[in-house]
Amino acid sequence: MSENLKYLTPELFLVIFNLSFLCVMLFVKSPMVMSNGNKISALVLIITAVLVYFNPVKADPIIKGFYTSNEFTAFFKMLILFLSSVILYLSDSYLKKNDLLKYEFPILINFSVFGMLVVISSNDLMALYLGIEIQSLSLYIIAAYRRDNLKSTEAGLKYFILGALSSGLLLYGISLVYGTTGSTQFHTIYSAIMYTDRTLGLQVGMVFLLSAIAFKFAAFPFHMWTPDVYDGSPTPVTAFMAIVPKLAIGAILAKVLFDVFGGISDKWQMVLVFLSGGSMIIGSFGAIAQSNIKRILGYSSIGHVGFALMGLAAVSPEGLSGFIIYLFLYSIMMLGIFAFILNMEKDGVLVTDIYLLAKYSENNPATSFAFSLILFSLAGIPPLAGFICKLYVMMAIINSGLVYLALVGAIVSVIGAFYYLRIVYIVYFSESDDKIDAYIPAGHLFVLFLSSTAIVVGTYNLLGIEPLTRAAAESLLY
Amino acid sequence: MIPIEHFLIVSASLFVIGVFGIFLNRKNVIIILMSIELILASVNINFVVFSSYLGDLVGQVFAMFILTVAAAEAAIGLAILVCFYRLRNSIFIEDANTMKG
Repeated sequence: MSENLKYLTPELFLVIFNLSFLCVMLFVKSPMVMSNGNKISALVLIITAVLVYFNPVKADPIIKGFYTSNEFTAFFKMLILFLSSVILYLSDSYLKKNDLLKYEFPILINFSVFGMLVVISSNDLMALYLGIEIQSLSLYIIAAYRRDNLKSTEAGLKYFILGALSSGLLLYGISLVYGTTGSTQFHTIYSAIMYTDRTLGLQVGMVFLLSAIAFKFAAFPFHMWTPDVYDGSPTPVTAFMAIVPKLAIGAILAKVLFDVFGGISDKWQMVLVFLSGGSMIIGSFGAIAQSNIKRILGYSSIGHVGFALMGLAAVSPEGLSGFIIYLFLYSIMMLGIFAFILNMEKDGVLVTDIYLLAKYSENNPATSFAFSLILFSLAGIPPLAGFICKLYVMMAIINSGLVYLALVGAIVSVIGAFYYLRIVYIVYFSESDDKIDAYIPAGHLFVLFLSSTAIVVGTYNLLGIEPLTRAAAESLLY
Repeated sequence: MIPIEHFLIVSASLFVIGVFGIFLNRKNVIIILMSIELILASVNINFVVFSSYLGDLVGQVFAMFILTVAAAEAAIGLAILVCFYRLRNSIFIEDANTMKG
């Protein structure tokens, strides 16, 4: 057992820091420490990422089969830790302005990140359930973080009800899978599936399990909470929810599909085609009538989840690597967008109406250019990275013979381009008396420009992550 | 010995009652919280029954974890509901309508 603990160093470090930070902050009233809680936690997340980098990898499951530590988990963990530390840093100024800067915020974010690390590494349905619960229980609370604000508490309430329902579905699915295969460990279930004759219970359980994960992933039939929760939550929380859990849930979805139900891929392929096609359609049509940028991004994230799921529906190594590339580039683009949105202000109040961006380019040409570039990339305009990753998943799905899904994707990405391009139009050409008077701090500008540079450079070599994703995909498949 | 189907039918009916309690109930958020507990109880029955029939203890350990997490979940749900009640002076579902989506 003790030799196994060395694989757990990053998680242990993060959770021990978190608990001691909570205890210390209860007694320390020093305003200096209080106002720097976010930065301290961001630093700790970076240190955890370094620990993950130096963590040993092992092909076989560890800790009596409960846990794994391989290239796949390491890639996603480092990405999640890095992105959440950037979001903590970015949210600092917003929280300060709205008098929300309490030590609970970084602690809840860190607990959520800890849950995601557990989820990604889990090799047992029990560990998977506990990890998902840690991350979503923290998210319910921070969605209702502005407790004096009606919209925020309402978002928290809606998120809680639907999230709890999805946990119920997850558990029911797990119980049926456990009952039919006699185990909760991924590799045991994988081999038991080959020999079991109780296929009905197994398939029902699998569908329950997949729909619960689709709930957390905000894929099509289970997407209804997304726009409301994104709209109501405080903007830093929206940024966190739009980026980081998507990676963790995406990782565990790929893992459940290939590591647990890999033997019956013909059974779940159609489920994924349905989820993917529906999400793409909802994502592009839903946002057309919206003028609130947080709702637009909610629908946009549903659409992008649909495109990413296309990679999984291909059931091939190249599809899986396309899925990982898609999630990676999506998170980079969203990070840039949110660095901008966190500073959309009018008379010191944060606004979300896109019409207030009218003629923003006149005074801020460079910022508008970077912002528009990211929107072009989200829309999938050819040379940019957003197009390359769409190309990846479409190639994979065409090679698997599901041409019609690629066709749906091509059509809805043209329709979806409308609402991204409308924002670009407003930024450059629209006339209005109301204007935002945002001053963007240097740190946020840096993230925005870094993100837009990344999507331009990414067209050339995908930022060098292609071999990494291939290694990750292979460690999952073999 | 009671056949396993009987237990599974009980737990499946509890699960369905819980899910319908969430979707058909148009009045009160507390009823939703009760329905969620019902769903979790049905899952616990499933786990314990499977564990007993398979002769494997993992299912009962899992049921223990579910009980613990369910308590935490209910506490968080009630806390959010109290915040909502303070602002809105109501716990009716139709009053949660600031955002339409």
